[in-house]
Amino acid sequence: MENIDTDQIIPARFLKAVTREGFDQHLFRDWRFDSNNKPRKDFVLNDKTFKGKILVTRRNFGIGSSREHAAWALKDYGFDAVVSSFFADIFKTNALINQLLPVTVSPDFLKKLFAEIKKNPQTIVNIDIPNQIIEIKNANIKEKFPLDPYRKMCLIKGYDDINYLLNQKFDIIKFEKQRKNDFSI
Amino acid sequence: MKNKPKTLFDKVWDSHVVTRKKDYPDLLYIDAHLIHEVTTPQAFDGLRRRKIKVARPDRTWATADHNVPTKNQHLPIKELLSKIQVEKLTKNCQEFGIRLYGMGHPFQGIVHIIGPELGITKPGMTIVCGDSHTSTHGAFGAVAFGIGTSEVEQVLASQCILQNKPKTMNIEVNGKLGKGVVSKDIILYIISKISTGGGTGYFVEYTGSTIKNLSMEARMTICNMSIEMGARGGLIAPDETTYQYMKGRPFAPKEKNWDSALRNWQTLPTDKGAKYDKRVAFDASDIEPMVTYGTNPGMGIKISQHIPTEDNFQMESQRSSFRKAVNYMNIKPGKKIQDQKVDYVFLGSCTNSRIEDLRMVAHIVKGRKKADDVEVFVVPGSRQVETQARKEGIDKILKDSGFELRGPGCSACLGMNEDKIPSGKYCISTSNRNFEGRQGPGARTFLASPLTAAASALTGRITDPRELL
Ligand code: SF4
Repeated sequence: MENIDTDQIIPARFLKAVTREGFDQHLFRDWRFDSNNKPRKDFVLNDKTFKGKILVTRRNFGIGSSREHAAWALKDYGFDAVVSSFFADIFKTNALINQLLPVTVSPDFLKKLFAEIKKNPQTIVNIDIPNQIIEIKNANIKEKFPLDPYRKMCLIKGYDDINYLLNQKFDIIKFEKQRKNDFSI
Repeated sequence: MKNKPKTLFDKVWDSHVVTRKKDYPDLLYIDAHLIHEVTTPQAFDGLRRRKIKVARPDRTWATADHNVPTKNQHLPIKELLSKIQVEKLTKNCQEFGIRLYGMGHPFQGIVHIIGPELGITKPGMTIVCGDSHTSTHGAFGAVAFGIGTSEVEQVLASQCILQNKPKTMNIEVNGKLGKGVVSKDIILYIISKISTGGGTGYFVEYTGSTIKNLSMEARMTICNMSIEMGARGGLIAPDETTYQYMKGRPFAPKEKNWDSALRNWQTLPTDKGAKYDKRVAFDASDIEPMVTYGTNPGMGIKISQHIPTEDNFQMESQRSSFRKAVNYMNIKPGKKIQDQKVDYVFLGSCTNSRIEDLRMVAHIVKGRKKADDVEVFVVPGSRQVETQARKEGIDKILKDSGFELRGPGCSACLGMNEDKIPSGKYCISTSNRNFEGRQGPGARTFLASPLTAAASALTGRITDPRELL
């Protein structure tokens, strides 16, 4: 599927929680379950042979609503990475902040990846964050993927944006003081 | 040395960069932070966990919109989880000293409607909100974009956000619009050409004579849907139309401040010779009333056209998405989109629920009757829009035609509150998203302008508004 939107990843009616937990139950809710809450046999997440920690999906993943709940739901469900040839901007940021790695690969690599998984659902896919390499050793294919240097550092060292921001307080206050032409409040 | 010519976007962005370091995202100062009940509870929890305060409550505005019912707003919310979420917002705002325009407040409404309406939204500002349609505020020449909950927490904690600077795209539309063609049609047309991913990584500036001649309300509709082509935001240079709209609004600068603000705003438009990373141009005369047939906003066609068939798509992956969409919508490829049956009509959402939109609806339904077999929701974007509509007698015109003007909120835009479209039913909607289940599980959505949706409410079928004008 192309263009998977965040309303599919987690429908709005499940956004009412006021904590971060439990969104995994509703991940792809209306694709996973029918209107009687019975699992739909034809949906891939309901097929045990395709179990794993990496979600492989077609281009333009995560479009639509900015809901970070989409990233929480995927992470809660057990995914550590999503591989696609193209991601929507807000989703990508939300995912990275939550240690869910969006891996952008070439359309060609994605095609091969799908083919390998189809051939062998147990295919092992390695993702090396420091070197930014995604690889299927058995099929002898690999590719370098882009990763924002700051986000990479956060992922590897477990840094937190808010601590970083709070440490910039001095600069922020200076900016506020020096500011001209501010008519915003 | 003369300064390099800059785009409107670059001017606003660059003047808000607190620090810029190699390999780091920009540390961007945020002038106004708008918040609502859905994407904030976890952010406030984060602040409590860290034992920190909101850095600038005076730059933060809150409203309840996504969960509120649009009927009997004076009564408590019936649905428990919705009620808890709205109450949580009230509690958080009290605890952190943030002003809240909650249910019953005369300023309450959809966050993207009230910002401009109250004069919070101004040219040259940076504005964020935990909601993708924050792009709406770009109509005033502000850099406005949607963020996730963790980023909401960043802004609450520091009034800044870490953000990589997007690239710039210029979309130019020139020429005169035909009869019955309005700004919603322009943006649906653009998205149908550019696709839902065509704007990804970009901030779009809309220019050209067609855009210049639009009212503020119409400009907001366009900027609102920038996100539907994947763009982080959209913006339009401020001009006389902008200043006229803003003058006298509660949070607009007054007297001497207005004059200095105005002088500053006038320096914002893109300089001659400034470069965009990408440019696209369209001719307004090619635009007709538009309708979407499928399950993403890029699947739009002119109302006189036929639903495409598989042969219109080259790649197998596109074809399979098309098949899935057609299957979900239960429509026939190759058939005319006009005269397709609709069961519900939704006139509302942050795309089209301003007073001008309601005037459009009133104009077309006046003296006519709603079709018997459709249900219509007319939902104003804010309490102020509702009051104004009543003052102008729009509620009476609607009532005489068999429509009802409800209370303000997001309503049937997203299937989260009481207003939902039942499974399998068709809804022609003035909102911005037609994803599967967006308006309720199994609901089928056609996106269109207020004129087209109102015309369809009269016939019970997708109707070209030009036949009724
Ligand atoms: S009206 Fe719809 S799109 Fe706009 S803020 Fe509300 S839910 Fe989001």
